[in-house]
Amino acid sequence: MEQTSFHQENFRRRTRYTAVFLILAAVFCVVTVLNINTGNVYIPVPKILRILFLKEGAATEYNIIWKIRLPRILMAALLGGALSLSGFLLQTFFSNPIAGPFVLGISSGAKMVVALTMIVYLKYIGRFSSYTLILAAFIGSLISTGFILLMSKKVQHMASLLVGGIMIGYICSAITDFVVTFADDSDIVNLHGWSQGSFSGMSWSNIRVAAVVVGLAVLFTFFLSKPISAYQLGEAYAQSMGVNIKTFRVILILLSSILSACVTAFAGPISFVGIAVPFLARKAFGTSKPIVVIPGTFFMGAVFCMICDLIARMALAPVELNISTVTSILGAPIVIYMMIPKGGRK
Amino acid sequence: MIGPNGSGKSTILKSITRQLKVVGGNVFFDDTSLLKLPYKELASKMAVVLTDRIKTELMTCHDIVATGRYPYTGRLGILTQEDECLVEEAMQAVHAQELGNRDFNAISDGQKQRVLLARAICQDPDVIVLDEPTSFLDVKYKLELLSILERMARQKKITVIMSLHEIDLAQKISDKIICVKGETISHYGSPEKVFTEEIIRELYGINNGYFDPLFGSIELPAPEGEPEVFVISSGGTGIPVYRRLQKEHIPFAAGILYENDMDYRLARLLAAEVITEEPFEEIREETLQKAFVTMGKCKRVINAGVKIGAWNKGIEKLLEKAEKEGKL
Repeated sequence: MEQTSFHQENFRRRTRYTAVFLILAAVFCVVTVLNINTGNVYIPVPKILRILFLKEGAATEYNIIWKIRLPRILMAALLGGALSLSGFLLQTFFSNPIAGPFVLGISSGAKMVVALTMIVYLKYIGRFSSYTLILAAFIGSLISTGFILLMSKKVQHMASLLVGGIMIGYICSAITDFVVTFADDSDIVNLHGWSQGSFSGMSWSNIRVAAVVVGLAVLFTFFLSKPISAYQLGEAYAQSMGVNIKTFRVILILLSSILSACVTAFAGPISFVGIAVPFLARKAFGTSKPIVVIPGTFFMGAVFCMICDLIARMALAPVELNISTVTSILGAPIVIYMMIPKGGRK
Repeated sequence: MIGPNGSGKSTILKSITRQLKVVGGNVFFDDTSLLKLPYKELASKMAVVLTDRIKTELMTCHDIVATGRYPYTGRLGILTQEDECLVEEAMQAVHAQELGNRDFNAISDGQKQRVLLARAICQDPDVIVLDEPTSFLDVKYKLELLSILERMARQKKITVIMSLHEIDLAQKISDKIICVKGETISHYGSPEKVFTEEIIRELYGINNGYFDPLFGSIELPAPEGEPEVFVISSGGTGIPVYRRLQKEHIPFAAGILYENDMDYRLARLLAAEVITEEPFEEIREETLQKAFVTMGKCKRVINAGVKIGAWNKGIEKLLEKAEKEGKL
């Protein structure tokens, strides 16, 4: 009896996972198509298919798709997934669902160092590579994370820790603004768009770099799903199951920093995705099993950011919103909803 | 493992399980120093149930128990059919199979504790370490949990190391008792050796109560002062009366009790004065006179029920006198 009911439950779960993944895949396809065919120039679907798969068509349209829209979508998907996963890792680390790269000031830290690097490079060297930016963002992330970790040793209460994170975020933003004030005009234009967050102007070489970095980090994270699942029961239990806690914590922080650094380096700080998406993913899959939630979160984050980017481009076209505006409007209410205690909970 | 609050029971357990660095000394596991044992290997030998409350999100009890298979699963932690069977078995061992699909946050403390125990069982260890597993549990769950542990220890030959606050239960369930007092282990040995009145009083620094090692019962201090009530009883009939009087803070005398009467064991702790007689002897005149004197000082006499036989005819006289004086 028990055996069968248990197998039914297992089956029910698998069905649900599959269903959610299928729905995500469907939404992904729809959004991709929408993203490609809408814009200043409308391109109908048959044409898109021909341009994409047969690589033929009018030069303008060909260029719009291959040089502008496709890279942008891919980047939105990659970075959205990376950001969500970074949030998931931080939430695991602090065992608190409100943690995320933006609220803890990690994105802002990355932004600060990237801004400094950009200005210095533009002034003295003239150009910089994607890797430089990622490295700068990574260093910035680590600086912020370091502060947060130092604080978390002293401050036990999560609320104070979050306030601390937000303050670090403000300090970093202030420094960034300060630096921007003294930058050349041409730099400011460059910086301004970037520091507000946007997926525009992505090149294929950017994507290649992002794909390598994000891809490796995601793969690595996926193979960590076993210790993460142990860690969800708390440090002490995880250790009793044979997890080397110290190493594991370091890896967790490094991975989440790399992921959020990559996002910040290319698209600037993007708010709320890191909190809202993992939450939605857990709810949608009805589990917190990392082996399901990790790919699920990545996928959902990708779809979420693609939708946000679509809205950012189209809502007030031809003016483009910055991406954080959209993610905040969609993400913040979800976070508020998360914090409201649910009925029936003890 | 018993000892007062803050004496270091948890610290010892955490040192054994490697959650804390060993400050001094060493821990050996089958001749291997704990410090040299890799975490993975330790995990397959030792499972824990901790006092920390765990925060989970959307995890069913089955999921929680299944984490016990962690040291045995592959890189991605996917359970095999065999693992699933062991999980199921462990759930059955703690009578929690019906909890499998429930959310861990939605069940009671007693159920949580059982689920966590199932988790430890399915880790298939040689040793299970439990830190105060019975706190927060009511009597029923306490007994249930301890009997599960005992059965497991006997059947599966698992060593159970745990700290307990309920010394009465510790006495009944343990093979060996460790008394932890501050910096040192004050005593170690079989419950029979350790559970004496003096050791327990000294261990917990009790000066306002008693522990009876024979019954494993804990008593509040006796009411102070000259006896006001004289209780006549035998064979356990006096115990509820003693407790009642003690609750009302009325000092009392008890008698005449044979020294092998169960009433005597409690009276000696709670009564202001006890008049006793050697077992299976006729009540001597001397003893009776003593009882008369004490009874004379008391305002009331309570007959809690006593069977008069050939040897204790004296009590009859005692009752008659009380009757006459209108104290009964």
